[in-house]
Amino acid sequence: MAPSDHRRPYKRPAISDQQRRRDHSLLRQAQNRLDAQQRARCLASSILSLENPETDSVPDLDSTTGQEQSEVPPKEFDVRQASKLRGVEARRWFARQLMLPEWMIDVPDRLSRDWYVFARPAGKRCFVVSSNGATVSRLRNGSILHRFPSALPSGSRSRDASGTSQSYSIMDCIFHEPDQTYYVIDILCWRGYSLYDCSAEFRFFWLNSKLAESGACGPPSQYHRYRFSLIPVYNCDHNGLSAAYMGAVPYVKDGLLFYNKEAKYQTGNTPLALVWKDENCSQYVIDTDNQGNIPIQQQEHKISIDCLSKERDKMRSIYLPNSDILSLYIWNANRMKWVVLELQDDGKLNTSDDPPVAFGCLDSDFVHKSGLHSGNLLRFSIGDNGLSFMEERLDKADLCYIGKSNRARAFADSYSKIVFQHMVRHSPLKMDDFLSSITSSDDQENQLNDIEMTG
Amino acid sequence: MAMEITQILLNAQAVDGGVRKHAEDNLKQFQGQNLPSFLLSLAVELANDEKPVESRKLAGLILKNTLDAKEQHRKYELVQRWLALEVAVKAQIKACLMKALSSPANDARSTASQVIAKVAGIELPLKHWPELVGTLLSNIHQLPAHTKQATLETLGYICEEVSADAVDQDHVNKILTAVVQGMNSSEASNDVRLAATRALYNALGFAQANFSNDTERDYIMRVACEATLSPEVKIRQAAFECFVAISSTYYEKLAPYIQDIFNITAKAVKEDEEPVALQAIEFWSSICDEEIDILEGYGADSSADSDIPCFYFIKQALPVLVPMLLETLLKQEEDQDQDEGAWNIAMAGGTCLGLVAQTVGDEIVPLVMPFIEGNIARPDWRQREAATYAFGSILEGPSPEKLVPIVRIALNFMLTALIKDPSNHVKDTTAWTLGRMFEFLHDSTLDSPIITPSNCQEIITVLMQSMKDVPNVAEKACGALYFLARGYEDMDPSASPLIPYFQDILQALYAVTHREDAGESRLQTAAYETLNEVVRCSTDETSPLVIQLVPHIMTELHQTLDGQKLSSDEREKKNELQGLLCGCLQVIVQKLGSSEATKYVFLQCADQMMSLFLRVFSSKSATAHEEAMLAIGALAYAVGSSFDKYMPEFYRYLESGLQNFDDYQVCTITVGVVGDLCRALEDKIFPYCDGIMTQLLKDLSSNQLHRSVKAPIFSCFGDIALAIGENFDKYLIYAMPALQSAAELSSHTLGAVDDMTDYTNSLRNGVLEAYSGIFQGFKGSPKTQLLVPYAPHVLQFLDSIYAAKDMDDMVMKTAIGVLGDLADTLGFSAAPLIQNSISSKEFLRECLSADDSMIKESAEWAKMAIDRAISF
Repeated sequence: MAPSDHRRPYKRPAISDQQRRRDHSLLRQAQNRLDAQQRARCLASSILSLENPETDSVPDLDSTTGQEQSEVPPKEFDVRQASKLRGVEARRWFARQLMLPEWMIDVPDRLSRDWYVFARPAGKRCFVVSSNGATVSRLRNGSILHRFPSALPSGSRSRDASGTSQSYSIMDCIFHEPDQTYYVIDILCWRGYSLYDCSAEFRFFWLNSKLAESGACGPPSQYHRYRFSLIPVYNCDHNGLSAAYMGAVPYVKDGLLFYNKEAKYQTGNTPLALVWKDENCSQYVIDTDNQGNIPIQQQEHKISIDCLSKERDKMRSIYLPNSDILSLYIWNANRMKWVVLELQDDGKLNTSDDPPVAFGCLDSDFVHKSGLHSGNLLRFSIGDNGLSFMEERLDKADLCYIGKSNRARAFADSYSKIVFQHMVRHSPLKMDDFLSSITSSDDQENQLNDIEMTG
Repeated sequence: MAMEITQILLNAQAVDGGVRKHAEDNLKQFQGQNLPSFLLSLAVELANDEKPVESRKLAGLILKNTLDAKEQHRKYELVQRWLALEVAVKAQIKACLMKALSSPANDARSTASQVIAKVAGIELPLKHWPELVGTLLSNIHQLPAHTKQATLETLGYICEEVSADAVDQDHVNKILTAVVQGMNSSEASNDVRLAATRALYNALGFAQANFSNDTERDYIMRVACEATLSPEVKIRQAAFECFVAISSTYYEKLAPYIQDIFNITAKAVKEDEEPVALQAIEFWSSICDEEIDILEGYGADSSADSDIPCFYFIKQALPVLVPMLLETLLKQEEDQDQDEGAWNIAMAGGTCLGLVAQTVGDEIVPLVMPFIEGNIARPDWRQREAATYAFGSILEGPSPEKLVPIVRIALNFMLTALIKDPSNHVKDTTAWTLGRMFEFLHDSTLDSPIITPSNCQEIITVLMQSMKDVPNVAEKACGALYFLARGYEDMDPSASPLIPYFQDILQALYAVTHREDAGESRLQTAAYETLNEVVRCSTDETSPLVIQLVPHIMTELHQTLDGQKLSSDEREKKNELQGLLCGCLQVIVQKLGSSEATKYVFLQCADQMMSLFLRVFSSKSATAHEEAMLAIGALAYAVGSSFDKYMPEFYRYLESGLQNFDDYQVCTITVGVVGDLCRALEDKIFPYCDGIMTQLLKDLSSNQLHRSVKAPIFSCFGDIALAIGENFDKYLIYAMPALQSAAELSSHTLGAVDDMTDYTNSLRNGVLEAYSGIFQGFKGSPKTQLLVPYAPHVLQFLDSIYAAKDMDDMVMKTAIGVLGDLADTLGFSAAPLIQNSISSKEFLRECLSADDSMIKESAEWAKMAIDRAISF
């Protein structure tokens, strides 16, 4: 019981490799447990969102109020499942995971109260997944843009976790070439926590608080090859709109994006996110070919197609203007424009919307002769008679077949895009329209407030 | 019986095994038949001056062993047994013990001291022996000296045995007075003075109040200083040991004395005998420990526990302390590197120098550089070695900015010395110093690397050549390579400069493991550990080389399993090697298993690997079991659900691992492996769950099993529930009560001591992880309703740990996650309960605004789940 002869380790490292092995195992087990827990939590929320069986089924043709369906949250994005897919399969699968804003063809109600606005950076839309010590960005068509280390959670190999972590994060980004920066426009998943079911308001809040914390906004380094950056998001009031439209940003602008505050992240086309452009905030207002030229018609086969009147029902009211402005837009073929539509079994030519809008029909002889198949994406120019609308709905489209679309394309055009392009060439929606819409709704609100206050 | 006991006790120490065995059986029989009478006989024997000293001593030792044991549960049983004895018997025994303290036989006195301390350890906290201290103190004033010596020794042991709050301050004052008087230079007997000095060492922990009183503290310090000047070497050594203890217990009181202490320690280091000088150096090492701790506290900016200010004693003493320590470096012993147990003044001095460097950082560098420069190229190996050792010692602490320029210049010199120096001692220290350079200054993220494309090849070549040197040098060279590889662990693997040399390095290390003398100097261990680290650093490009390694390592392991008859020494070596090989395979499995491409290749030998691991379980070595179990866990994780096919054979080893109470590390690791299996097999583990759950519940109810295993067992419940989902329902009636009682137990910290807070929190975390797994496991099942009755308790638990205000971040994160899990799974049916809980309000709010991002995320998730549950 005498005091022990105090010896200190001599020429020995502080930690033995055996202890490190033990620690590594414990760390791996703890991390795996955490992952299993988080997976269970995500799974739980996806089960919840799948309770509505309609998510994946073909919509009921008799239903005229597609509104509710658009509220159904999408199927959970399980990146681990997806990572097992290869090649075309993988591309096709990934291609369906982005939320695609519709083109703004009219001003939504309550713009200033329910919507955000921000300036969209010019660049490649992609989503970025960090998982297992690596970060991968994929373009809209599913092909890989970059594979790189990043400071996102599990985005690079860190000293202790040695790549065992399976927690993942997913972000919706635009890669802006000039400054080699990923501008994050939305967040889908963070450290395995799904944000699909959350409102845009919450997602933006989360994004703002998490991204900077992770260090991903820092300058590039060996473990963080590209900088990530947040975008200033404004309430869609007078000031916000002006700031987004005219304010200086470090990137080249390509239009404005409008997000409904309550909208959940919905894959595919959604009317709850809208894109709008004019010459002041985008150099790409009018569709151009790869060289930036407005395409010249190369007419190969011309067919005029009438819209089937029963198809009108499928068009959701939200696509359509609440005024009679649109009925004035009659296409005069003084400018050219391509439209890409998807060929169906029955020859119909559909947009990428869900439910799709049929722009017409090809006859089966022609389909056979041209060696076309259902599912092909076909390019058309719009003929002399243009698009005509009746009672706020597309009535006639004069389409001229050009040929198959570029193979890199994954989708047909959306209805709103076609109409937007159409409007741009004729009677574009202007900034002033937004501002006046805000002012008028402000007036209404003020009146309402007055009543409440005096009442 | 009492008549015979002397003979039995003597026979129990006989040379003849048969006689000894017989006597031991007799003693056991006696003990079994009549414990009180047995104990009394032993005490009487010990106290009887007419008996032979051998029988008295053994009687005392047996008595002592009936009062205390190492294992907690056994100790508890023994204490209860003593307390259950009749008071009269105990009084008789105690009287005998006190009497023995006055025996002229030294061994009898010393044994009695120890037994008295053990009884005191049981009785003083319960106030069962209030007169003890008074009686002992009255002995002090008696003659003869040997009684006084034994009494002081007893007081020292008592202080060691009982906690300070079991002795009232009045007694503490008297004990200290007696002890310090006994230490005084006026005390004529050296034995008394030595016993008193050693007693002070143990009594220091009781002296908080006395050290706060200036007069008393001055007196104690003066007497301790005087004792360092005693002509008796043992007294001087004991006195310095007291200073070492004072330096850590009363650091903040040392300022007025530090100059004097420096003078006496410096004198001792220079002139005194080695045992004394070692303690004098240890004083300064201990001051370094204190200041490093305090300064780390400053750095961490935790205002909570940094109430002790730093007095910067080391910084102030630096100009005199460093030269003193450098002097010691020249006093090396020949061949100290080959002797595992060596500890001498040069080693202690260098170690202290390293601690000083960690304490003061950059400031030490200019004080040491002249010594290095003046000695590094001298003809005397001692000077070269001392200079190198000094350099190696200061590499941890100072900033890279300060060190890197020097290391750049020194590196070439060191590489040359490692190959060319004629002295093994110098080469050993040189290889160690290179290792330290790589450990502290080689990091792929540093701006100015010390290893560059231009010198990388030379470094690796020299290290590989050095790995063929004598074992102690080769071991250090392996160590250097270990840190060289580790420095690249963090970088983009495809850019690792090791890639071109990867094959050569693997071959060189493999060759080292096969050296005939690999068993010396830990060489084999160092080689395998370095091999592991190199494997951890492998890349897509080099993984084929790692794959090629797999059959070799498996063959090695196979060879250790051949059933030849071995001596116990040989068997121990084999077991050690099995442990190393399993460890190596574990690292390989973890590495290759982490990438889809390589996983596929090595999984082809998963069958063989698994059968080898299973055979390792037939050895008796706990370390080998532990390593094999860890390797199997890694394999299960890599193999995934098809690990199922190994389960029928593996299961019995899993079960026996869970039953291994003695080597609780094995048990802990096995519990962890159950978690791995749950995640790999998911619902396929269900058929084994009856057995596993039974075992885990048994483990929980055992008081033999080390308590640290219990928290992981609770977490494991969660793993199982998550894997088998609603099928866990049949275990609810067993698991839930166990969880509830652990929850109640851990609602409040189980004691005031720091490590109890840690233990409490680990227990909470385990319980919470179990709840989390159970709730998530049942999610979406109709059996969810079975959980509803437990919800109030879970919420109450969350509320109470929130109220206790002493949970750590980990617990906070898990706890708030459980709130979410409960809401997520029970939904609307738990909404009112949730809304009434504190957890869903203040606790959640606190977590939402936490700085820790993990807590915040859990909280945000919980908020979503709750919002969903209450908005139904």
